[in-house]
Amino acid sequence: MNADLSERLRQAVADASGAGTPLKIAGSGSKAFYGRETSGNVLETAGHTGILRFEPTELVLTARCGTPLSEIEAVLADHGQMLPFEPPHFGVGATLGGALACGFSGPRRPFAGSARDAMLGCRILNGKGDMLSFGGEVMKNVAGFDVSRLMVGAMGTLGVILEASLKTLPTPEREVTVCFECDVEDALDSMNRWCSKPWPLSGLAYDGGRIRARLSGSERAVDAACRKFGGDVLPEGASFWRDLREQRLEFFRADGNLWRLSLAPATPVLDLPGMGFYDWGGALRWLKTDAPAEAVFRAAEAAGGHAALFRGRSDDGRVFQPLPDGLKSLHANLKRAFDPKGLFNPGRLYEDF
Amino acid sequence: MVYRIHPSERISHPVDRNRFLRLLREHLGRDGLLSDAEELRPYECDGLSAYRELPWAVVLPETVEQVQAVLRLCRKEGVPVVARGAGTGLSGGALPVANGVLLSLAKFSRIIEIDRVNRIARVQPGVRNLAISEAAAPYGLYYAPDPSSQIACTIGGNVAENSGGVHCLKYGLTVHNVLQVRVVTMDGEVVTLGGSGLDGPGYDLLALMTGSEGLLGVIVEITVKLLPIPPCARVLLASFDSIEAAGGAVAAVIGAGLLPAGLEMMDSITVRAVEDFVHAGYPAGAAAIVLCEFDGIAEQIESDLLRAREIFRAEGATEVRQSADEIERKRFWAGRKAAFPAAGRISPDYYCMDGTIPRKRLPEVLRRISELSAQYGLIVGNVFHAGDGNLHPLILYDANNPGELERVEDLGGKILETCVEVGGTITGEHGVGIEKINQMCIQFKVPELAQFHAVKRAFDPAGLLNPGKAVPTLHRCAEFGAMHVRGGQLAHPDLERF
Repeated sequence: MNADLSERLRQAVADASGAGTPLKIAGSGSKAFYGRETSGNVLETAGHTGILRFEPTELVLTARCGTPLSEIEAVLADHGQMLPFEPPHFGVGATLGGALACGFSGPRRPFAGSARDAMLGCRILNGKGDMLSFGGEVMKNVAGFDVSRLMVGAMGTLGVILEASLKTLPTPEREVTVCFECDVEDALDSMNRWCSKPWPLSGLAYDGGRIRARLSGSERAVDAACRKFGGDVLPEGASFWRDLREQRLEFFRADGNLWRLSLAPATPVLDLPGMGFYDWGGALRWLKTDAPAEAVFRAAEAAGGHAALFRGRSDDGRVFQPLPDGLKSLHANLKRAFDPKGLFNPGRLYEDF
Repeated sequence: MVYRIHPSERISHPVDRNRFLRLLREHLGRDGLLSDAEELRPYECDGLSAYRELPWAVVLPETVEQVQAVLRLCRKEGVPVVARGAGTGLSGGALPVANGVLLSLAKFSRIIEIDRVNRIARVQPGVRNLAISEAAAPYGLYYAPDPSSQIACTIGGNVAENSGGVHCLKYGLTVHNVLQVRVVTMDGEVVTLGGSGLDGPGYDLLALMTGSEGLLGVIVEITVKLLPIPPCARVLLASFDSIEAAGGAVAAVIGAGLLPAGLEMMDSITVRAVEDFVHAGYPAGAAAIVLCEFDGIAEQIESDLLRAREIFRAEGATEVRQSADEIERKRFWAGRKAAFPAAGRISPDYYCMDGTIPRKRLPEVLRRISELSAQYGLIVGNVFHAGDGNLHPLILYDANNPGELERVEDLGGKILETCVEVGGTITGEHGVGIEKINQMCIQFKVPELAQFHAVKRAFDPAGLLNPGKAVPTLHRCAEFGAMHVRGGQLAHPDLERF
């Protein structure tokens, strides 16, 4: 699929700006569950599709925002490459724009970088309907403020991502997943110990009973590392990481609120009720809990991290970690700098903007 | 000279210097304030020493509270502030402004914590880049970004410039290796960006702050990621009889799915200069050489080296050597690391450029550079971070020849414009500073520049932090001629002008 709707999208934003009517940006809708409720006329981006440039020897791919992730991954796979951040799809039609706007990264993130790390450049529409280009298709670029990376995880509230250029990486020749049974304290201890040694790791998760460790590299390297690393080889390793990324594992299927906590990886188990699942070697923690939002936010903050209600209903309307005043006012200023009339996804990230 | 402060970038204020110095002294104590011309002299420039300016005063705060007090005072009085680390920057980002304060973070030189379990270092901004890796080494850890000035440059400056190094393809830039910063805003507020984990709440202000060249805030604490030291590293030295062949070989290595830790190229001018200087054993007749390093566990690099050697041969390398041991590896690298001093040895002065280009455009860019070199009558050697497309042309000249520096800067500007034309950028890792501020008018159009100014105002509405750097005013661009001016009317007359 290949369709350039940028002029139509620009016109829609310019019209909305003229009329002062808010816009709800929507790709395939696969991540509509995430974030606070928003309202406005729907700005459809899923039709703006097509891989514009892909040069395997440059490790850079540029595509329009509506391009399905699956299409991008298929083209990369044909050339033995991948998106380093292993983006969750959460739906068959998941688009590149949605993946970047939400800023989700999968299990490979601690070892190969996040969505924002892979972002090299983008074209956006700001709230005045200006079409702007930042960054580029090169790895190293420090000309101007890094607006491209600022767009990642901004939930569309700063602008409409029209195109993005991403760093790609070669797919490892071989990947093997091994598992170990242990309790949570041992798991945190082991995962952090392994990470401080040069093991060729690319995934490290603990589900409450077993650690899964993924080793990646050349055949010789992975075989050699496996012999020294120990553990039981998991025959269906690849599907485990896919199911973890897509939240299809048993843990995620249970009822109740699902919280995402981002913490220093060795942080001891937080004093919150419910069930935990540890990804990113302990730095990303999924928590199934009926604890009130206030309690989760407070515990995350006390540990120097932050929390977000990933799926479920908030008892007090809050979804993302409340920001301290100084940081909050910088957010509000920045929102005004990109979207002075508050058109884009009002309230999706924080109540006030 | 090519760079001049543009009137639109000057912050005018009616403040009396003596009164202001008295106010500063109240917050800084005896050793924290310099104001005599002799004391100010060492701060008049950074690594781009062609440009010099004495600041009104230099402040050397020791505490975050002092930084807050200085910024609050400057904000209240409308006095501009320029932050400075070690002053090794190559783009003039720390050049003082004549009626403003130079804020040195030299006394913020403490490593607060090495947390071996979470693999982080929490440090003050004045800590040297290399000092972090040295402090982490006993735990088998290191800080990956390694700009060539790493012995002297500070981590605060690295964050402000988003510094790179020779290992960026595999390990990323500063932005990929910083987890959290504490910043004092122009209002004197302390804000924390990022988090203890791998991301922070809200907008990614940590990414925005990284590489913002001191325009958005003053960084007072940094938490960086530490990585396990790779157990093995080996380097290949491949020679080619044409730049095209060397470029093709580099593309083939990447295309084959290899991820070298370092991938560097040098042209014949540079090869000869470094060989005469450090005797690294480079083949003197080569048109280009490529250094290709792999690191990691032994079994991995063995398979990588095997494949890379085959690729180099298939791509027409006239010779491929592999470092046998650590001593030889260091010797292969010694030449590359000595490239700049070697240029300094064969020429009284040299000017180091810093563009990035898509790798595949390298042959045509080098052809264009050699045409320009002939046209200007100036020799240009080329050092290329081939892995990430970052090109450092070294223009050789003699500043004592009247008008020569101006010619060099003119030639340099043309080279940067060539980088933009082929889809690259005017700066890969050195920053814009004052050096490339005119070329920013070519890299970006008016709406993007207007958006940058809007971002700047979100942090610093009065424009007091590092004025005249990194982002040109639209007036400057109008005069530089890159902006479309017709019948005396600027394009986009509806846009605000700064």
